[in-house]
Amino acid sequence: MAQDRITNKLHSRKFTRNMVLIVILVSFIPMLLVSGMVLHQFSNSYNEKLYAHLKEMIHRHAQDIDSFLNERLHNLQFMLDSCDNVDLFNESVLQEKLFQLQQKYGDVFEDLGIINEKGVQESYAGRLKLENAQYSKAKWFEDALKKPFYISDVFLGLRSKPHFIISVKRVYQGKYFMLRSTINFEAFNFLAENLRIGNTGFAFILNREGNFQTKLHDDMLPSKKSYMDFISAGKKAKHGIYIGELTDDSDGKHIIYLAALLKNNDWILVYQQEKKEAFSDLIRTQIIAGVILFIGALLIVIMLSFLFHQIIKHLSEADREKEMMNRQIIETGKLASVGRLAAGTAHEINNPVAIMVQEAGWIEDLLKKEEFQEGENLQEIERALKQINTQGKRCKEITHKLLSFARKTDTQIQSVQVNKIVEEVVGISDKKSYTGITINSYKDQTIPPIAGSQTEIQQILLNLINNAIDAIGKKGGKIDITTRLEERFVLIVVEDDGSGIPQANQDRIFDPFFTTKAVGKGNGLGLSICFGIVKRMGGEIDVHSTIDIGTRFDIRLPRNKT
Amino acid sequence: MIAPFILLVDDEVTFVKTMAKRMAERNIETIMAFSAEEGLEKLKTNQNLDVIVLDVKMPGMDGLEMLKKIKTGFFRTEVILLTGHATIESGIDGMKLGAFDFLTKPCDIEELVSKVEEATKKKRAHDEKIKDAESKKILSKYES
Repeated sequence: MAQDRITNKLHSRKFTRNMVLIVILVSFIPMLLVSGMVLHQFSNSYNEKLYAHLKEMIHRHAQDIDSFLNERLHNLQFMLDSCDNVDLFNESVLQEKLFQLQQKYGDVFEDLGIINEKGVQESYAGRLKLENAQYSKAKWFEDALKKPFYISDVFLGLRSKPHFIISVKRVYQGKYFMLRSTINFEAFNFLAENLRIGNTGFAFILNREGNFQTKLHDDMLPSKKSYMDFISAGKKAKHGIYIGELTDDSDGKHIIYLAALLKNNDWILVYQQEKKEAFSDLIRTQIIAGVILFIGALLIVIMLSFLFHQIIKHLSEADREKEMMNRQIIETGKLASVGRLAAGTAHEINNPVAIMVQEAGWIEDLLKKEEFQEGENLQEIERALKQINTQGKRCKEITHKLLSFARKTDTQIQSVQVNKIVEEVVGISDKKSYTGITINSYKDQTIPPIAGSQTEIQQILLNLINNAIDAIGKKGGKIDITTRLEERFVLIVVEDDGSGIPQANQDRIFDPFFTTKAVGKGNGLGLSICFGIVKRMGGEIDVHSTIDIGTRFDIRLPRNKT
Repeated sequence: MIAPFILLVDDEVTFVKTMAKRMAERNIETIMAFSAEEGLEKLKTNQNLDVIVLDVKMPGMDGLEMLKKIKTGFFRTEVILLTGHATIESGIDGMKLGAFDFLTKPCDIEELVSKVEEATKKKRAHDEKIKDAESKKILSKYES
């Protein structure tokens, strides 16, 4: 039995685990697929939007920087076009022109200078004393001489400060000269510096050699890639913008960058940002989605486990009930077989007993004749004959009980008052005046009549009371009979404070011929008859017993259907 | 009252013979049959029988069947059923078929004698009534 229970428990656990797994798979696979697809689409869309925004921003800034440089160049060209060349060699005119430019554009133009073809600054307007400064060896001068106009890279030069030069070359009296202006680095630097996003997004400008053309912040270290690296590694997109990703060698961080060419491809504007920060919203969304998915999955698993546990519990209960019913059916079948056997036996026994009693009667008849009246043992013979009669009647009673067990006595179904039967039975039992035993009855007066056989219900109660009296024995005690109305049944409780029934016997007390009474005191049919009657009526009989405390029988008889 | 004249029908030979002797002791004239078929034969040849004490369960024709034949054969003999099979159903069936009463084995002889006497009285009273009616019929025929 215990083995069966363990096996059932293991089976139930395995069943629950399998069912939970199946349902989880069936529900999770579509959920994960849909979630994955949504997340993938969202990531793509987010990527596109982010890069589109950055591309637009870089494009605009590149345009701004190019415009800034071109405008400064045009300023100088316009200056040359709008006045006589000779005037520009005049320092006061140059000062005047610088003043006009500074009035119009602020501190963008730091100075103006006219340099002859030998690289000597013939005329100068500005804060520094650079008259007759020699530029013939300067790299920018050599480059500028080759072009009609020129914008240099940022360099330190004579002033030891980062700056760059814009120059326009013209011919005067068959000789070249150059109008040169130093552009305020801060004003130029601002154009790239103001491109800041978050904590790690910033822009800088590189020349072809890979030198920085803008000032760097202390907290921001640009990638050490060269101009060409950005172009070759990046993917070219609309407006000539290169997009790429790289890993910083120093700290291994992933960086995204966008680069745009400036100044006729001499410079490159690079915007870079840590990928983690650029995609922080996406990553946060992914984490939230993951957490929601995980919590949802966890809830599903918990709910499924709980539900399956409940289902298994109900199934187990149903199985137990089924098993109990099967046992009851077997029990009833056994009782029916015993009943049929009993009926046949009763008839067969009654005939020989009848003959015995008849013969004894005949002897009694003969003994009444005169010739036997003088017999020495007459009294003893009469006593023996009386005993034969008495025992014959006892046999008859036993066979009657057997027949009753097999439903062969009066079972006329009628409307009966349970309380009235209790009263009658208590009345009969009281008359027996058992010493030291009190029988109390507690009746629920609301109990309606039920359909049943009066004699059968009497028989149940008498059997139970007789058993209770035997259980109490000579020490004395009490028997309580209580009636109560339940939803579907009328409950009759017969309770005694007798010796109780050992646990080992409790399963067998309703078995036919099972008795613990002394030989001749009980035939083991009383409780079987009670059981049979109650079951036939569609009721239930239960026993609750504790050794030395007492026994309680609960009889539930069905109420009439209304 | 003239002693009742009864027929005992039972397959238990010993039972019937002893019962007959005890009935004789009580001034009851008794004849015996050990099967229903034999009982019917005896009835045909002894139409003045007052009562038949009939066992219900017998091999061959049973007591209830014999009772049916008695009642359909217009015999006025009363029948007391005696059975070892203490079923009220068979008793009621017997009563429905016209039995006077029924007793269960083993029964008290005095109780049986008492029932036999009652049945005899009833049968004879019935006989008297029929005789009177026949006499009146003859008389009226003669007068007319």
